[in-house]
Amino acid sequence: MSKHTFMGYRRQDGSVGVRNHVLILPTITCATQAAMQITKLVHGTVSFIHQHGCAQVGDDFEQTFRTYYGIGANPNVYGVVVLGLGCETHQAKNVATELKKTGKPVELVSIQDEGGTLDAISRGAKVAAKMVREASSQRRVPCEISDLIIGTECGGSDACSGLSANPAVGRVSDLLVEHGGTAILAETTELIGAEHLLAERAVSEQVSKKVYEIIKSMEDRAIKAGVDIRTGNPSPGNRRGGLTTLEEKSLGAANKAGTSALQEIIAYAEKPTKKGLVWMDTPGQDIEQLTGMTAGGAQLVLFTTGRGTPTGSPIAPTIKISTNTPLFKKMDDNIDLNAGGIIDGTESIDDVGEQILHEILEVCSGKLTKAEILKQHDFGIWRIGPTF
Amino acid sequence: MTQNQYKFVVLNPSDNVAVALEEIPADETIYLSNGTNITIKSLIEFGHKFSIKKMSKGDTVIKYGEVIGRSSQLIEVGEHVHVHNVEGNRGRGDQK
Repeated sequence: MSKHTFMGYRRQDGSVGVRNHVLILPTITCATQAAMQITKLVHGTVSFIHQHGCAQVGDDFEQTFRTYYGIGANPNVYGVVVLGLGCETHQAKNVATELKKTGKPVELVSIQDEGGTLDAISRGAKVAAKMVREASSQRRVPCEISDLIIGTECGGSDACSGLSANPAVGRVSDLLVEHGGTAILAETTELIGAEHLLAERAVSEQVSKKVYEIIKSMEDRAIKAGVDIRTGNPSPGNRRGGLTTLEEKSLGAANKAGTSALQEIIAYAEKPTKKGLVWMDTPGQDIEQLTGMTAGGAQLVLFTTGRGTPTGSPIAPTIKISTNTPLFKKMDDNIDLNAGGIIDGTESIDDVGEQILHEILEVCSGKLTKAEILKQHDFGIWRIGPTF
Repeated sequence: MTQNQYKFVVLNPSDNVAVALEEIPADETIYLSNGTNITIKSLIEFGHKFSIKKMSKGDTVIKYGEVIGRSSQLIEVGEHVHVHNVEGNRGRGDQK
């Protein structure tokens, strides 16, 4: 076996899962409580609480729909029980119809059609239990690192983020790209001030132009709001950590993208069409970014933090990497790896990059991350329109 | 006294700030690689910045060799450089 191999779940469409979840997908906030009840009844199922799915229109409707679909379509999901209410804008049956095209098992349950919450839970639990049994008979097989889409993210950043953990993740991003995989850079807000460095690396004039377009669009939101973006970003914790301006934070955040050429810009929750380094247009808000990247097909997320966060996804393992050693010691519950050795002068960026790569292969083969063990099932969709 | 007893980093030769990699108390002397000495004016916390070149109000603040903002007041060498004396240039909806 080659050095960069792991044991994953090969799906019908050729994609590779690193987990084998049965997802209870509530397509409307009204169904989230019933969905959580099903996860309590049936081992091997996951779900999440959210506030979306009704009275949304236009691009905002489409973005939420794309997110539901993408989460269900993620290769880490073996099968999906789509759980709706019945009268909502985002019709569960339409999400189910799209998901069936992936070839994975999909079942539809509607609270109104079943005659209420308890009957919907009963039917949802029954179909989920059957799916879990089927899922458990699937075996892991050798897979290549080129099968991976890895999301990169920094949250609760400090001044060390741009010096230690982000450059180490950048090294991993480059290694992944060299071996034929895909790395997602995101959080457009936190690239404001560093966009020229990424535009220079774009594969075409068109991609370079798009870099400036999405940056302008994000910056214009703050300008239209009539506020200094610094009132919200960098956050109070970022500032306590030594980050003074958004530009400074962005220059550190951009290090996660390594040195590879930028292949394309994709919309929120959209699946990359290219291998290599891609940029997903998401806000800097951690959970919205994480949700967008996993809906775009990321099977695993690398998450650097200087202040310490518990963040995790219901479907994708999230490897938490501290930027400084004191944090690693302080928040042992949450942090998987430490890049603080780079600050301490005991390790190089390449050393930490190698450790992260090793951990990726372990986690992709089944080792649990701390966020998974603590059931940190965060989910939040980037809303781009008002509710009606 | 040992030179450079406190850990700090200047990320790019064109930078006018340095990053403290450990807490540096006030009145301590920092020895830059270009041979100049700096007296730290006030306590610099871990990860925070101090000035290594004098900046007038409105001057560009440079870190990583890139623009991270502009000084909102005169910044003497050795001063803490942070939100109290640096403004961001981007996302400024408050400055139309």
